[in-house]
Amino acid sequence: MSDVRPAPPTDDEVLRLAEVRKSFNLGTALETEVLHGIDLRLQRGELTALIGPSGSGKSTLLNIIGLLDTPTAGELYLLGQPTRAADDATRTHMRNQAIGFVFQFHHLISAFSVLDNVLMPLMIRQGRPGAEQVELAHSLLAEVGLARFAAQKPTQLSGGQQQRVAIARALVTRPPLLLADEPTGNLDSRTAQSVFELFHRINDQFGCAVLVVTHDPRLAADCSRTVELVDGRILSDSQIPG
Amino acid sequence: MRLADSLWTEWRIALRFLLDNRMQSLLIVFGIAVGSAVIVFITALITGLQANVIERTLGTQAHIRILPPDEVNRVLPAEPGSHDLRLENPRAQRLRSILNWQEVRDALDQDRDVLAVSPVISGPAIARRGVARASVALIGIDPQRYQRIIPLANDLIAGELRVGAGDAVIGAELAEDLGLSLGDKLRLDAGEGREAVVDIAGIFRLGVRELDERYVYLDLKQAQTLLDLPGGVTVIDTRIGELFEAEHIAARLARLTGLRAESWMATNGQLLNALASQSMTTEMIRVFVGISVAFGIASVLAVSVVQRTREIGILRAMGSPRGQILRIFLLQGGLLGLVGSACGGGVGWALVQVFNLFGPRLFVIPVDPTLVPLAMLVATVTGVLAAAAPARRAARYDPAVAIRYV
Repeated sequence: MSDVRPAPPTDDEVLRLAEVRKSFNLGTALETEVLHGIDLRLQRGELTALIGPSGSGKSTLLNIIGLLDTPTAGELYLLGQPTRAADDATRTHMRNQAIGFVFQFHHLISAFSVLDNVLMPLMIRQGRPGAEQVELAHSLLAEVGLARFAAQKPTQLSGGQQQRVAIARALVTRPPLLLADEPTGNLDSRTAQSVFELFHRINDQFGCAVLVVTHDPRLAADCSRTVELVDGRILSDSQIPG
Repeated sequence: MRLADSLWTEWRIALRFLLDNRMQSLLIVFGIAVGSAVIVFITALITGLQANVIERTLGTQAHIRILPPDEVNRVLPAEPGSHDLRLENPRAQRLRSILNWQEVRDALDQDRDVLAVSPVISGPAIARRGVARASVALIGIDPQRYQRIIPLANDLIAGELRVGAGDAVIGAELAEDLGLSLGDKLRLDAGEGREAVVDIAGIFRLGVRELDERYVYLDLKQAQTLLDLPGGVTVIDTRIGELFEAEHIAARLARLTGLRAESWMATNGQLLNALASQSMTTEMIRVFVGISVAFGIASVLAVSVVQRTREIGILRAMGSPRGQILRIFLLQGGLLGLVGSACGGGVGWALVQVFNLFGPRLFVIPVDPTLVPLAMLVATVTGVLAAAAPARRAARYDPAVAIRYV
């Protein structure tokens, strides 16, 4: 069980959850609480695996951390800023500024080229991307081993390649927090392994906090920290030193 | 972020979305094009047709005619407390002059709405040549003034517009009926022994049978003598600038002169009625075509919003504000309207040219240069409005739910 109590945030702290609860069908007979007071802290440079059986509330927790959903009670601090009371526009802006998403089904936008997909978060942020940013996108594509595919459509790529494009896209804004929802869920084990190695490399290179939801115990074992969620509570939070 | 920067992104996404669904976009653009072509063609056709009909009608008529007031029976008012039972015969309207017509003419010359004024005397007569007879209308005119009301010189098919000193200008049908040609003599009998013999100086064809077989133009003096109204005129014809203000101007001129003023709109009530019904029919066609085009755009975008649910969720998750999503879909509606109507406007314009070149050639349809741009503007606005409902729906998607949409 986590023993994180309110403590002065350090400079390395990216995210802090304090007593976060989430209920669905609030105020009706069907009201169910799926998260029962989650306390969690994520620091820069940490690669954390979030594991747990299905129905344990992983997706709900990830949605809350990704500011796609709001907790019913408790508070979530992103870079020290409280977020629960923020309106949709502010939360949308914070998502764009601070969070990179990698989803299970990679979710690239098929109408755009691979390069444009990588640049999309920047286009959303500021319109036409500058030359430096295009340069950055190219170097990220090179980093994930897809420099040759910049001009192609995502549909011409394999599943593993698409997932790597999605990772490059999540990194283009250099976010302090990278969230990945079963990023290897529908990849074969070899591709999954290479994608996971990529997360490691990014974590070392960019120094952002990475939170990966995964079912795969081997991949989880690779992470420096593993948080296990069962029935809406954190069952264990183990840190592998070094 | 500035709106212009945001619009750059929205424009790109909207365009990409449309190009990505190529077949869907092409089909709806085709639909919009057909709709706008119909609207452009029918608008040009009806506008041209109506302008032509009005021009032809007014080619042979004054816009407002000033006439002497009708003569009425004057009845003493009934004494209080008594009943008044009356059988009244309306009075026969004899030919009579407008009093002080020179002053009325001068006053009208000064009027801001009136472009041209022509005093005219007209009355009935019998035209005779040998044993042939025809009933005619004598029209005494001042040619210079009259020419500015009805450009008679343009309709001459023989001779010249010369009406002074024993000369007359007659219609082509009358000339045919009586076997007259230029230089022939014609006897005019206005009754009660007033007769004159005139030379045929010109023959005209106005294109209205009624006029071509009845009008005999003389100068004022000859007509005044024949009709026994020395120095008088029976009507003052005027031409005005604002054609469709004729009713109001006529009412004002009637108050100004104390005479009767008849506008072309009153004398051509049936025609105007027909034109108004025609305009209404056109308007209905335009509105319904517009509505079906709008529904077409709305339904295509509604489908597109559902198809792109997940992508919208992704954009939202990556930090795209609701307003941006809204504008992406509004832009798509506007773009479809613009491109469709540009094609359709071109086709409509081409149809008009084809009609002008190969059609029945009864009249030429002019295309107002603002018609196609205006149609495009309306179609673009319609597209944006039609996109409103789907766009709002897209903007309201909950990103967490939309991302998981399969």
